Amino acid sequence: MAPTTTNGTAVVTMPSDTTIQITREFNAPRHLVFRAWTTPELITRWWAGDRGEVTAVEVDLRPGGTWRYVMRANGGFEVAFRGEYSEVVPGERIVSTEIFEAMPDKVAESTVTFTEENGRTTVTILVRHESQEDRDMHINSGMEQGMQSSLDHLEQVAVSLR
Amino acid sequence: MARAATTQDVFNAVAERRRREILDLLAGGERSVGDLVALVGIAQPLVSKHLRVLREVGAVRVREEGRQRMYRLNGAALQPVRDWIRGYERIWSERFDRLDAVLDELTEQEQRDGADDD
Repeated sequence: MAPTTTNGTAVVTMPSDTTIQITREFNAPRHLVFRAWTTPELITRWWAGDRGEVTAVEVDLRPGGTWRYVMRANGGFEVAFRGEYSEVVPGERIVSTEIFEAMPDKVAESTVTFTEENGRTTVTILVRHESQEDRDMHINSGMEQGMQSSLDHLEQVAVSLR
Repeated sequence: MARAATTQDVFNAVAERRRREILDLLAGGERSVGDLVALVGIAQPLVSKHLRVLREVGAVRVREEGRQRMYRLNGAALQPVRDWIRGYERIWSERFDRLDAVLDELTEQEQRDGADDD
């Protein structure tokens, strides 16, 4: 039997010099995964992971519409991300830009794809950066913080959350 | 654009697609340059150039066997790359574990609502 929750690891790969791909399977049909992915009250419950609290979520889910997620990290500071949707196929696919507000000139493009098989849904996030440096900086920002021994500082990994 | 020399940085060394392909092949066991040329399908000088970069960052080791140069993977040199990605994976895994909980709830709710309709 399939477990109630997957609790698996996110699989991170780098399909090219400027991209990061994150894949994970969920034990739920894709219309529910899509709902959890795009409904502000639900995003609030998962997007910060263990790193803090989501304090604001705005989602205008349509091409040309914008989104903005803000979290207060456990260390007390806030980090915010925003972007604009360019493609929205309900239940299937979302394409949007992604900007970490502390570095507003770095614009990434993210494509989230939802595919369902036997009632389980695979989510694939492909983040395309403008350069290899931008991509590596994005991952580094998480790692440098993550290597600090104090858990108080670990929350700063939030700067790499998207 | 400023960038660390590929010859000093294992990250840049593995950033090139052909070099990753060579590493994948060597993960299956030791290979001669001739084997690699045949398998990767590019000219030998290019394969040799990629092997040199990989050797300089320690990602591959070489030994002479008669007139052949045999290359093998040195996985330890790639550890920084693995560690680097794992930290990022952890962030997403935490996030997804929470999403699992949300989905369980939505699934239950939907089943309950479905039952109500009967």
